[in-house]
Amino acid sequence: MSTKDTQFQVWEVFIQTKPGLPYKHAGNVHASDKEMALQNARDLYTRRNEGTSIWVVPSNAIVASNPNDSEMLFDPANDKVYRHPTFYIMPEGSKHI
Amino acid sequence: MDNVIDLEKQFQEKIDRDQSIEARDWMPDDYRKHLVRQISQHAHSEIIGMQPEGNWLSRAPGLRAKLILLAKIQDEAGHGLYLYSAAETLGVSREEMLDALRTGKAKYSSIFNYPTLTWADMGAVGWLVDGAAIVNQVALQRTSYGPYARAMVRICKEESFHQRQGYEIMAHLAKGTTEQKEMAQDALNRWWWPSIMMFGPHDADSPNTGNAVKWKIKRESNDTLRQRFIDKTIHQADIIGLTIPDKDLKWDETTKHYKYGEINWEEFNNVVKGNGPCNKQRLEQYNKAFEEGAWVREAAEAYAVKKAKKQQQEIAA
Repeated sequence: MSTKDTQFQVWEVFIQTKPGLPYKHAGNVHASDKEMALQNARDLYTRRNEGTSIWVVPSNAIVASNPNDSEMLFDPANDKVYRHPTFYIMPEGSKHI
Repeated sequence: MDNVIDLEKQFQEKIDRDQSIEARDWMPDDYRKHLVRQISQHAHSEIIGMQPEGNWLSRAPGLRAKLILLAKIQDEAGHGLYLYSAAETLGVSREEMLDALRTGKAKYSSIFNYPTLTWADMGAVGWLVDGAAIVNQVALQRTSYGPYARAMVRICKEESFHQRQGYEIMAHLAKGTTEQKEMAQDALNRWWWPSIMMFGPHDADSPNTGNAVKWKIKRESNDTLRQRFIDKTIHQADIIGLTIPDKDLKWDETTKHYKYGEINWEEFNNVVKGNGPCNKQRLEQYNKAFEEGAWVREAAEAYAVKKAKKQQQEIAA
């Protein structure tokens, strides 16, 4: 009996549901190389026409922000209401572009 | 220590606000452990669940039935993989989980330790076992751990085809010859009680649920989910003219639910402990497939190493 087990590297899978739409994270697959990763992603995540295009990325290539930093990273945007069009007062009767 | 108490408080506040917990968020060790156990058991159930169905693949009555069964089994494999992925986000490796299944350390749903004796069992499994699974999984779509909840959403979308294909088989047999109808009734008789046991012990006897409820891993109780399944399924049985094998079944006008008979928990515990009709066979079959596939994994890895080396040489040249 072979005791050595390998389930290969983990790849994150992103799927574009229709041309023109952004790629969305679908989940991950295990694969020994990029071809197998793409094949496995296709078999696992697009059995019902969920996509027209797939990206696979080695999980360890992804850099993620730390949840503890979320205040530092994202709060500064809170007080910048002037970045939203609703901040501005349009003259009476003027139309939107 | 103050710090941990703070973190736990923040964690619980997040849960109370119905905010989902994500992989990199701080979580109590017991929350992580509970989820690893639950999600990996759930994954193992999907994987082992392929076996009772695979049993009928080469004997499916007709090409349509065979194609559908094949697609369904492929879905079960997919569901297992979605769930292993979700569990991996908690820091447990795929190798560890598969090892636990292989060596019998990990549990999977006891329902898959019952044999599938006739083609009608393919109907009963889809109708009852997948039906019960759907009721359970719909509730889990709102579970507090994000990756688990998202896996559940995907699984629920796919699972309803399973339940319908099973019900279709039962409906078809129930309309057939006397023998066919008897075969359908026999499958219902054998699968009914194990199916309603799938929801686990009665709420009063379920010691594990305290934290799971507090942490919103579990959103509805075993008995609530079981009752929902029973109410819906009785109606479906009526429509196709089959009889639920429970003489105590009675509509209760005050609760607006069906009352049902005593569940045989001795049988349940016995199968959980490993003494069901097929526990041994399921595990042996899994190990056989695992061992027979080992050379494929080894070859794929060797090929990947070789290719990477070649690529490096090309870059160097």
